Amino acid sequence: MMAMASQLLLLPNLRFHSNSQSAPRVISNPICRPLKLSKFQKRYKQSLRDSRVLAFYGRKTPPYKLDALEPYMSQRTLEVHWGKHHQEYVDGLNKQLENSPLYGHTLEELVKVTYNNGNPMPEFNNAAQLWNHDFFWESMQPDGGKSPWGGVLQQIEKDFGSLEKFRDEFVEAALSLFGSGWVWLVLKTKEKKFAVMKTSNAVNPLVGGEIPIIGLDMWEHAYYLDYKDDREKYVMTFLNHLVSWHTVALRMIRAEAFVNLGEPKIPVA
Amino acid sequence: MFQKMSMVFATGVMKIKYLKITHRSSIVAQFELKPPPYPLVALEPHLSRQTLEHHWGKHQKGYVENLNQQILGTELDGMGLEDIILASYNKGDPLPAFNNAAQIWNHEFFWESMKPGGGGKPSGDLLHLIERDFGSFKDFLREFVDTASAHCGSGWVWITYKANKLNVDNAVNPRPSENDYKIVVARTPNAVNPLVWDYSPLLTIDVWEHAYYLDYENRRAKYVSTIMEKLVAWDVVSSRLEVAKSRAAERAREEEERKRREEEFESEEEIDESEMFLNSDPEESEAE
Repeated sequence: MMAMASQLLLLPNLRFHSNSQSAPRVISNPICRPLKLSKFQKRYKQSLRDSRVLAFYGRKTPPYKLDALEPYMSQRTLEVHWGKHHQEYVDGLNKQLENSPLYGHTLEELVKVTYNNGNPMPEFNNAAQLWNHDFFWESMQPDGGKSPWGGVLQQIEKDFGSLEKFRDEFVEAALSLFGSGWVWLVLKTKEKKFAVMKTSNAVNPLVGGEIPIIGLDMWEHAYYLDYKDDREKYVMTFLNHLVSWHTVALRMIRAEAFVNLGEPKIPVA
Repeated sequence: MFQKMSMVFATGVMKIKYLKITHRSSIVAQFELKPPPYPLVALEPHLSRQTLEHHWGKHQKGYVENLNQQILGTELDGMGLEDIILASYNKGDPLPAFNNAAQIWNHEFFWESMKPGGGGKPSGDLLHLIERDFGSFKDFLREFVDTASAHCGSGWVWITYKANKLNVDNAVNPRPSENDYKIVVARTPNAVNPLVWDYSPLLTIDVWEHAYYLDYENRRAKYVSTIMEKLVAWDVVSSRLEVAKSRAAERAREEEERKRREEEFESEEEIDESEMFLNSDPEESEAE
């Protein structure tokens, strides 16, 4: 908004058309006309002079319409989950960071810094939940689920034995989680393999240095309106109909820039 | 010959089934799903029947069934619910039975803290203590609702009665006074409850999302303030306070007894030492 206003100021004789103006004024000689700013332009010029740069975090919009995941995740769930919960985390975080020395981090950095190696700062919950939910919306797609293919399937079979074993482990981790939390498929950076991980409340694999590949929200607000207490059905539905293997493949491609998954190529002398 | 015995404890209902006399006896202790003291529809419109049906009928039932399976054949089998909670809490490193046991206790406590047509203000000593410790009833309510809203994740919000202790286990309060017995608002994560801190809980509200999501979606503050305005059974809370106070008074008496006995024991030792010293006869001194 401010950049737009400054652009307008560079065009001296462009009147900003406001509703209070009655009749358009006639400009005779555009170049020699002195700069006359409207009230709107004056206000923005003033604020530009004493403006500070403020970093605000925002939430990502799900890459599909809010009713696109029906009947597996209802529109109402998405309206409340994204529209209310996710927004609350954004507003809460921006409020907490108003006069904070933590200004300047990217969201991922902020999550790691505020985790503070296990002694989290008050901003951690909001920052981490904000990141987690961005990740969650992108982990799903309409008409998702079914099976992975290609490199992702190969890696899963290599690290879990079979696709079924991965699904069983994922469901078991989700059901054995007590309280609120998340279940993840991560790429472990040191062991260089896939693993299923479950975390409590707002914690995510970034704080342990792992690369998350799939994230599933097991907080009750994610499924209670649609499945009530039937968590198993929710997790199975996620695996069968919602998880976006396309996104997983993209995340794997990105992860390979950080973790070498192939066999080391040792040159033969 | 089969006999069925049932024993009723203060907080849980435990049934001992099938005591076989002719064969080697096997006592199986089973916890039951205790119903709230009102019909499931009674808390409408503040808490819907559907919520109660799921909350009590599915969630709490699950905890009961799981606990019964978990304690079978272990040393926790046969213990009362509160004892199981304290034993399985294991000083912060909880055993698997803790979550289920504590959740059963918490939910029974929760249902009993409410009644249809409740709410309003407390009275008597409870109101006096609240006003003493929080300034006013309104300030107390605001702190209670703020604590509930600020809690991240699943858990419970409590009003508890804290007995006369410093917060450090081995320290002694140098100047104890009546004001040390306080009402405290506390929040706990997941299944934890203030029994493990040795506080006396007076009231609880469940802030696990399953407790309010069907009726209030994400509006946790509205849910908590509605319960406080319309459903809280203050008479039950007051009677719990009386129990807590008498428990604290008894503890204080036991503390005093113990201290008195320790002092007597110490003063006896001092006499022994001085006697030992004085008993040496100067006339038998080896110097001569």
